[in-house]
Amino acid sequence: MNNKDLLNLIDITVSFEGFLALNKLNLNLKKGELRAVIGPNGAGKTTFLDVITGKVKPTKGEVIFKGKSLVGRKEHKIARLGVGRKFQSPRIFENLTVKENLEISVTTPKSPLNLINKSIKDEQLNEIDRLMKIVNLAQKVDSKAGSLSHGQKQWLEIAMLVGQKPDLMLVDEPVAGLTDEETDLTADLLKSLSGENTVVVIDHDMEFIRRLDSNVSVLNQGTVLCEGTMETIQKDQKVIDVYLGRPED
Amino acid sequence: MSLSKIKFDKKIVLSFWIILIALIIAAPTLLPVFRLNLLGRYLSLSIVALGVDLIWGYTGLLSLGQGIFFALGGYCAAMYLQITSSSEFPNNIPEFFALYGVEKLPFFWEPFRSPVFTFLAIWIIPALVAGLIGFLVFRNRIKGVYFSILTQASLLVFFNFFNGQQKLINGTNGLKTDVTQLFGQMVGSESMQRIFFWITAILVIAAWFFAKWVVKGRFGNILIGIRDDEPRVRFTGYNPVIFKTIIFSIAGGLAGISGALYTVQSGIVSPQFMTVPFSIEMVIWVAVGGRGTLLGAILGAVFINYAKSLVSEALPASWMFIQGGLFILVVTALPEGVLGWIQGDGPRNLLQRFGLKRKIETYPSLEVNNKEGNNE
Repeated sequence: MNNKDLLNLIDITVSFEGFLALNKLNLNLKKGELRAVIGPNGAGKTTFLDVITGKVKPTKGEVIFKGKSLVGRKEHKIARLGVGRKFQSPRIFENLTVKENLEISVTTPKSPLNLINKSIKDEQLNEIDRLMKIVNLAQKVDSKAGSLSHGQKQWLEIAMLVGQKPDLMLVDEPVAGLTDEETDLTADLLKSLSGENTVVVIDHDMEFIRRLDSNVSVLNQGTVLCEGTMETIQKDQKVIDVYLGRPED
Repeated sequence: MSLSKIKFDKKIVLSFWIILIALIIAAPTLLPVFRLNLLGRYLSLSIVALGVDLIWGYTGLLSLGQGIFFALGGYCAAMYLQITSSSEFPNNIPEFFALYGVEKLPFFWEPFRSPVFTFLAIWIIPALVAGLIGFLVFRNRIKGVYFSILTQASLLVFFNFFNGQQKLINGTNGLKTDVTQLFGQMVGSESMQRIFFWITAILVIAAWFFAKWVVKGRFGNILIGIRDDEPRVRFTGYNPVIFKTIIFSIAGGLAGISGALYTVQSGIVSPQFMTVPFSIEMVIWVAVGGRGTLLGAILGAVFINYAKSLVSEALPASWMFIQGGLFILVVTALPEGVLGWIQGDGPRNLLQRFGLKRKIETYPSLEVNNKEGNNE
C-alpha cells in the first residue's frame, strides 16, 4: 500500500453460507490506472465489484478507498465518495428519456431538497450535452431510454457513469452483446477515460481486453491468480491451465 | 413522443378543465343537496387517491393501509367539532363521554380546542405517522408484497385500537359531526354542506397541482427510478429511503385532508374508515383510473364511487360483483387503467381492430428520425 494507490483490497474473504466467493483477495489500484479483470465463470468477478460498491459486506478483510474504509458503508454513500458502477446488463431507467437518465447521474447534491427546489444547473446541462455527443446519443435526447438498441443502452449507461464523475469506475462487461465496431469504440472510450479516472473493466472478451492494452488481473476461485500485461499472463502456465487453455466445448 | 400525441394530451387536459370547472360551477344549482353532498364526498376521496397514485403509480409502493391516515385526518376534524360544540353537555365535554362515566377530558383532546392547531393537525399528524411508519419500513429495505402486507397489518392494528377505545374516542361508534356547530352553523345543514363542497372542489384542484409539482422534474424522475430499479438509484448516489419516506409522508398528509373533508360531509368518522376493504378500494380507484397519471386517480375515485351509489340504489348487493369485475377487467385488459389506455395507443388500436382506421405505414422510429432531421 502506498500513497499513490486509490484502492486497496486487503485479504477480502466473502463467504456465502460456507461457499467462498472471494478468498483472501488482494488487489491494489493506482490513481489513473486502467485495469482489466478477467476470470472464468464463478471466479468471483461480480462479487469483487459488489464488495467495493457496498452491496456485499466482506466476511473478512478491508477495502480502503482514498484512505477511507468502505466496509459497512451504505451503497449511496460509497457512490457519493466517488465509486461508480456500470452493471453487467444495461441498467438504465427505461421509462425516462435519455436526457432524464443523464440528469439523474450528473445532478449534485443528490438530496431531495435540491431536486425539488432548484432547476438543473447550466454547467450540468452542458455536461449532459457533452456526454450525449461522446456516446453518440444526441439524436435521441427525448427518446425513452427503453426504446434504444442494446448497444445504445450500454453506451447510455457508460455516459451515466461518466456523468457521475467518479474517481473509480467499475465497468462490468461493457461489450456484452455489442457489434465489433461498437466494441472497438467502447475500448477507445474507456482508454480515453483512464488517466483522469481510474477504471476497472471486467470482461471475458479477450480481443476487447487486448485492445484495452492495460494491466490485467486474473481471478480464479475467488483470489488473484496472476497480474501483469496481456503478454505476461498469456504465457503464465497457471493462467493457461485454468482459463486460456481450456478447450472450448 | 410524436407530435400528434402531444396535441392529443393537450386536448384531453383542456376539455377536462372545461368540463370540471363547468361541473363545479353548475353542480350546486343543478344537483339536489343529497347528490351534491355525494359528489362532494367522492371528490374528497379523490385526494386520498392522488396520494395512492404518488406512492404506487410513481414510486411503486403498494400501500394497503392508507385508511389509517384517512381516518386520522377525519378524527382530527371531528374532535375539534365535538369539543367546540360541547358547552351544553355535562362537564363541558362531548356528550358520549357521559355514557362511559368519563368526567375529565382526555389530555390529547385539549389542543383540538384550537382551530389553528386542528387545521394543521389534519394533515401534519397523518403525514408524521406515515413518515414514521415509512421510515422504519424503508430503512429495513422491506419492499414489494412484504410492504403491502405490513401496511395492511398496521391498518388492522389501528382499526382494533380505535375500535376498542370507548373512553377516549367513543370506540366503534365513532364521532358524529353532523349535529355539531361550526361558526354558529350546524355542520350538517344545507348551507354548510354547500360550502364544504366548494372547499373540497378547490382542494382537489390544489392537491392535483401539488402532486403534479411533486412528480415533475428530477424529483419525480427519481421516484420513477425507485419504482423501476431501486438498486440502480442507490448506486448512483441517491438514498432511496429518504425519497420514499418523503413521498409516503406526502401521501399520508393528502389522505388526512381527504379524511377530514369526507368526515364533515358524511357526518361521522368511525373505525369503519380503517377497514381492510376500504383501503383496497382506494387502490382499485387508482388502478381503474390509470396508475401514474394523477388525473386518472381523481376520475377513478369520483366515477367509481358515483357508479357505486347509483348501482346500489338500483340493484342492491350487486355492487361488489361489479367492482370485482371492473378490477379484473382492468388488470387483464387495461393494465394501464382507463386514462393510461386513452393516453397510449389504445383507442387507435381498437379502431384498427374494427377496420375503422388505417394502420400506420411507417415505423414509429422512422417518423421520429424524420422529425429530428427537419429540425436540424
